[in-house]
Amino acid sequence: MRKEVIYSLASPYRETMDVYGYRFGEGKKSACIVGAIRGNEVQQLYVCSQLIKKLKKLEAAGAIVSDNEIMVVPSVNHYSMNTGKRFWAVDNTDVNRMFPGYNLGETTQRIAAGLFDTVKEYDYGIQFASFYMPGDFIPHVRMMDTGIQSASLATLFGLPYVVVRKPKPIDTTTLNYNWQLWETNAFSVYTSETDLVDEDSARQAVSAVLRFLTRMGILRYHSHSGYIATVVGEEELTQVKTNAGGIYRRLKVPGEEVQMGDVLAEIIHPYEGEVISQILAPTEGIIFFAHKKPLVTENEIIYKIIRRLHE
Amino acid sequence: MIETVVSMELPVDEHLRVQKNRIMPSCVTGNEKRISVVTGTHGDELEGQFVCYELLRRIQAQPECLKGIVDVYPALNPLGIDSITRGIPMFDLDMNRIFPGTEEGPMMETFVKYLTDDLLGSDLCIDIHASNIFLMEIPQVRINELTADTLVPYAKKLNVDFVWVHASATVLESTLAYSLNVKDTPTLVVEMGVGMRITKEYGNQLVDGILNVMREMGIWTGETTEVKKPIVSSDRAVGYLNASVPGIFVPKVQIGDIVEEGDVLGEILSPLHGEVAETVKAPIAGLVFTRREYPVVYEGSLLGRILGGKEE
Repeated sequence: MRKEVIYSLASPYRETMDVYGYRFGEGKKSACIVGAIRGNEVQQLYVCSQLIKKLKKLEAAGAIVSDNEIMVVPSVNHYSMNTGKRFWAVDNTDVNRMFPGYNLGETTQRIAAGLFDTVKEYDYGIQFASFYMPGDFIPHVRMMDTGIQSASLATLFGLPYVVVRKPKPIDTTTLNYNWQLWETNAFSVYTSETDLVDEDSARQAVSAVLRFLTRMGILRYHSHSGYIATVVGEEELTQVKTNAGGIYRRLKVPGEEVQMGDVLAEIIHPYEGEVISQILAPTEGIIFFAHKKPLVTENEIIYKIIRRLHE
Repeated sequence: MIETVVSMELPVDEHLRVQKNRIMPSCVTGNEKRISVVTGTHGDELEGQFVCYELLRRIQAQPECLKGIVDVYPALNPLGIDSITRGIPMFDLDMNRIFPGTEEGPMMETFVKYLTDDLLGSDLCIDIHASNIFLMEIPQVRINELTADTLVPYAKKLNVDFVWVHASATVLESTLAYSLNVKDTPTLVVEMGVGMRITKEYGNQLVDGILNVMREMGIWTGETTEVKKPIVSSDRAVGYLNASVPGIFVPKVQIGDIVEEGDVLGEILSPLHGEVAETVKAPIAGLVFTRREYPVVYEGSLLGRILGGKEE
């Protein structure tokens, strides 16, 4: 294992922010794993830390196949993590909306450029990402439909689901999208938490990455085969929206099977405690995403259901 | 007449709503042209607040001169403005990156869809921005090169100092202006002043320009002033000044100054050491049209922009 600074940023008064890369093995650039890019991605940081711990042992045991280099970047934005901010602590810009970056541009463009310069040109790029809507998912691999993505490769992580979605203009500046443009097979791995550490899904994420690296011939590691993943298009998910604002009572969790008409959630009057709305399942299927915060607005997406799928 | 354009229920006893003020001639023929003035997408950009007030004040002082419909939307992001937040509180994405919106998306994307629908069909829309809290801008119109043929003639009448025709970028396809322009609603983006402040002089300058455009469109018959002839930049060099070191930036030029290459524009200070960490010099000669106002800088922080001569 070689730990090296891949990007440094000085601050007026804080200690210099060093972004570290951990390299395992030597040879061609096979796989790169990136963890927390946002300051609240604590689970993503934790997963990377566990992955580094595991890879360190595996490398010592000679388990990395020769002529393969694996790079892990556990944290890109700890300045924000240490100040309790999700985005860049100075101007609130999102480093994950700045790729491929610009080394003569604004600060977050430079951070993105500094990172991208190191993480591009790997065969496989894996990011532990977080979603812009507050809620939790069934652990899955997410890919953007850029025309060059390979959903069949994504199934090799052995997570239950692979979701493919069409990119919007705003997605064209994410790491995942730019990895793909630079001919890296890019995958975003979602576990069930962001702000909190969830041990079970962290273990699942580490296993999924090790399984994938093994199947791609980069690592020798014996693990459970995982799931034969179901591939779904984002547009195939049925979205369930609220029809009122109030206190949100979640009645179903990701992974649960529901029948059409089941009560998924209740919205409670914030002063009087009465149930003012019951949100019913518009279809049968498996809950893929569920809103988690205790309050909801009208018209919010609180569930996404993989329709007509059964356990 | 004050109208609610869109309203959605928030969790506790409040609605997120956008209101507009529509003013019309007393006798309507049904063939009136319509101009929409929008601002407040970013909650920390307040220059447009004075423009909305002053425009309505002047029109209402001479109602007989109004021959078309004027829609004024002072706060597209009311939660942001009222809480001193640039973005939408509790929402990750920049409001000006989710247009035209969709009913299939989260609440804010649905909200934005209804806003877009209300603006579509305007004969002209003017979207007023105020940079951010870090940078001061001279009054300027920014135009995507794809829409330059349609928009530059309008921009020249708006009494701004500068019209910047910039390259197209995919990520900007989700702005309000792009979304309206592709649906045949000509929309000009004005940038002027600085975040969290009102620069009254710029506000009055833009109101003069809006009334001038309205007069050209046949919406206004009142007096207008002679407007500035802006520099139109499609082929001029733009020099960017970015900080090379962190520290405290103290400028030595005023916005709008003409500088020579190598002139000192400011210094980045190290208060701890009592030293100048960097002397910032002009990379090209020209007009300082952007100047940093917020002192704390990191490497890469934008300190200013200079509009140079024609590129060779």
